Amino acid sequence: MIDTKRLVRRTEPYILAAIFLLSLLIQARSGQFFTGNNLVDLTRSMVVPALFAIGAQMVIISGGIDVSFTAIASLAMYMTTRILLPGDYSGNVIIAYAMAAGFGLLMGALNGVLIAYFRFPTLVVTLGTSSLFVGIMQGVFAAHELPVPQSMREHGQAFLFSVHNAKLGLSSEMPVTILILLGMVVLVFFLMRYTMLGRGIFAIGGDEVSAQRAGFDVFGTKLFIYSLVGVMAGIAGIARASMMQNCHPTNLNGMELTVIAAVVLGGTRVSGGLGTLTGAMLGVALMTIMSNSLILIGVPTYWQKVFTGAIIIIGTGVSAWQVNASQRHLATRRPAALVAAGMGKPNGKAE
Amino acid sequence: MSRNILRVTDIKKSFGGVEALKGVSLEIGAGEIHCLAGENGCGKSTLIKIVSGFYEADAGSIELNGQRFSRLSPSDAIAKGVQVIYQDFSVFPNLTVMENLSLNMELMDKRTFVSYPRMRRIAKEAVAKIGFDVDLDERVENLSIADKQLIAVCRALLYDAKLVIMDEPTTALTKKEVKALFGVIKNLQSQGIATLFVSHKLDEVFEISERFTILRNGENVVTGSTSDLDSKKFAYYMTGREFSEESYEPVSISEKAILSVRGLTLKNGYADIRFDLHGGEILGITGLLGSGRTELVQSLFGIYRPDSGTLEVEGKPVTIRSVKDAIALGIGYVPSDRLTEGLFLAQSIERNAVISSLEKLSSIGGFLDERKILDQVASWISELSIATSDAGRPVKTLSGGNQQKVVLARWLANNLKVLILNGPTVGVDIGSKYDIHALLRKLAAGGLAIVVISDDLPEILACCNRVIVMRDGSIVEELRAAETTESRLGEIATGVA
Repeated sequence: MIDTKRLVRRTEPYILAAIFLLSLLIQARSGQFFTGNNLVDLTRSMVVPALFAIGAQMVIISGGIDVSFTAIASLAMYMTTRILLPGDYSGNVIIAYAMAAGFGLLMGALNGVLIAYFRFPTLVVTLGTSSLFVGIMQGVFAAHELPVPQSMREHGQAFLFSVHNAKLGLSSEMPVTILILLGMVVLVFFLMRYTMLGRGIFAIGGDEVSAQRAGFDVFGTKLFIYSLVGVMAGIAGIARASMMQNCHPTNLNGMELTVIAAVVLGGTRVSGGLGTLTGAMLGVALMTIMSNSLILIGVPTYWQKVFTGAIIIIGTGVSAWQVNASQRHLATRRPAALVAAGMGKPNGKAE
Repeated sequence: MSRNILRVTDIKKSFGGVEALKGVSLEIGAGEIHCLAGENGCGKSTLIKIVSGFYEADAGSIELNGQRFSRLSPSDAIAKGVQVIYQDFSVFPNLTVMENLSLNMELMDKRTFVSYPRMRRIAKEAVAKIGFDVDLDERVENLSIADKQLIAVCRALLYDAKLVIMDEPTTALTKKEVKALFGVIKNLQSQGIATLFVSHKLDEVFEISERFTILRNGENVVTGSTSDLDSKKFAYYMTGREFSEESYEPVSISEKAILSVRGLTLKNGYADIRFDLHGGEILGITGLLGSGRTELVQSLFGIYRPDSGTLEVEGKPVTIRSVKDAIALGIGYVPSDRLTEGLFLAQSIERNAVISSLEKLSSIGGFLDERKILDQVASWISELSIATSDAGRPVKTLSGGNQQKVVLARWLANNLKVLILNGPTVGVDIGSKYDIHALLRKLAAGGLAIVVISDDLPEILACCNRVIVMRDGSIVEELRAAETTESRLGEIATGVA
């Protein structure tokens, strides 16, 4: 039995509804939304932001915020490409992923130490490290656009299946990287739900002092979260460079805001403690549809930002309204305590 | 004589030169309900932290269930059955009841993976200990404070507790919820579990505890049976001062009514309210939570606009549309929750005290006159005996009673005609409570008209000359304080009479 009362309080149904409505609207106007080729393209565009969103969500649930993941991804991607390019590396692409993950780990750990050990505020720290990493890339490495080595090229061109759109004469391919995304989703889902480490992340986001008192290793958990975000950013960077068939040092910049907006839209509470992967993925889907498919109904690019902004405001407004509504019903509730003391029947009548 | 579950003797503890405990002793028998009382700063919290192993005593002995400890660690204390429930309950608001109950245990067992069936079993076991009927899958943030507290109690009982220590457990509870909590404590007693209960409310000490210990300035004042205690002795033990509070008789009442209310109605708040208020009077308004009394006074202060009815200030009809209007008419309001509605906690005492009289304290160009501000603050600090050496410190560093005095200072700085106080001595230590009552009498004698809303019936009877009892939004009765009793007021408020 679906508990409808609980369902109303959750955000995911609203996002799903929004996605359906938007899709139907676009389909109606252009007839091109529900084509195989469009759907595959959408999925392809979702891979990198979704990978970012998984990590970003973990940070927000723990009560912090991280805006440095695109900088980490860019730098990790760049350094890996620089190293592998001269020999036109043609070995297994796993090595590229491992290298980028390693670089990402170091950068994420820097965030982790500053935040967990020194207790600096998370937004300020990650803004700072973001600048730092961008600066290293542009200053120290004098980064510029680079081609990618062979193994990444081939990896980016590999596909699971292909879909052909007869009407437009286009075909789209489902990239292999979708498997990486799916793997990450499963892994993080399991981590957050079925391990004490994951529950600890929620506990810290709910009340850090209580978490400390209960015996959670707050320092270790925070260090873990930011390091994991770094690792995932590195992986996302390689996926990006492979799919784009080119390593561009700055075109990921700015994505961090849309990713965080997507996560919040998907029901993750900005103050921490609550959020689901489903919601985050739906949020990313909605944002991707808006940036990819609005063009199908002739909405010019500059209007897309207006649309996006409006949806974010409405979305977070719905979230806030739900929180207020659930607190309001508290006033009329009969505390279970009174029932326990035998002072009133559970059906609401006082003795 | 039943065995003592706890016996601490001559405990001394200093923090960097400040002696918090100067040689305190405490004895609690198995299954006993014992109250630990004392003003703020007397050392109760320090003693609790030492008994639970959180702090280490500098000197003195601790005996738990017959076993002596030279050094007591938190895990030793837990192993011996000592459980502390702090005022903030240490719950996770974003997690479910089930998780809140079982996570500590999972952590103690050093689990890596989570098993929801196992957690549910632990949670069910916990709530069964006191028969607490709660939805295990509900998020704790959606529960009332009383429920959160019971969750903390259940969680504590999972560890085979023999002594449960509750630090000021009734602060945020309604009277009904307090009764329910006492029921739970009695239930614990029937299971052989002793309760050490920190409180400074006399009626609670009387109602639930068998024995009590009072501390003052880090030393024992008295330990005894509650049956030997009365309110005068209690006040004396707590503060070292003698108080006598007879009911208030106005020195003189202004001829004209300062405030006249007729037919005031607010949908879902109150209906057809009628009363007069004269200068020199202290009018008490009481009633259960939900009787409309808070909405009524908030309408007088401009927070809610009434739907119909008339208000007259000094004979002239007025409409109060906003707080600004109310202040301009000379009405001041000391809210029930000073922490969220009355004070700017992070700001200094000085700033809090002058915030409502800034116009008086600035020059023509709108610049604040520092000299005037310092003078005004200094005079109020001495007038109200606010215990602080430095008015530049944040107001949150003051005790509850002194904070309340700062809120008062803020209002009294203006030319008030009417002062409304909602729950003026909630969470205030006994010494400050009497100070505030004395102050109100002095203000009334000076011609101010005062309205006091309170659940504390003895306070109403001591402070006010007239009382209005509200129920379900209407005034049910208006009485003279000298002609009624606590139990009568209680009956009228609940509608039993």
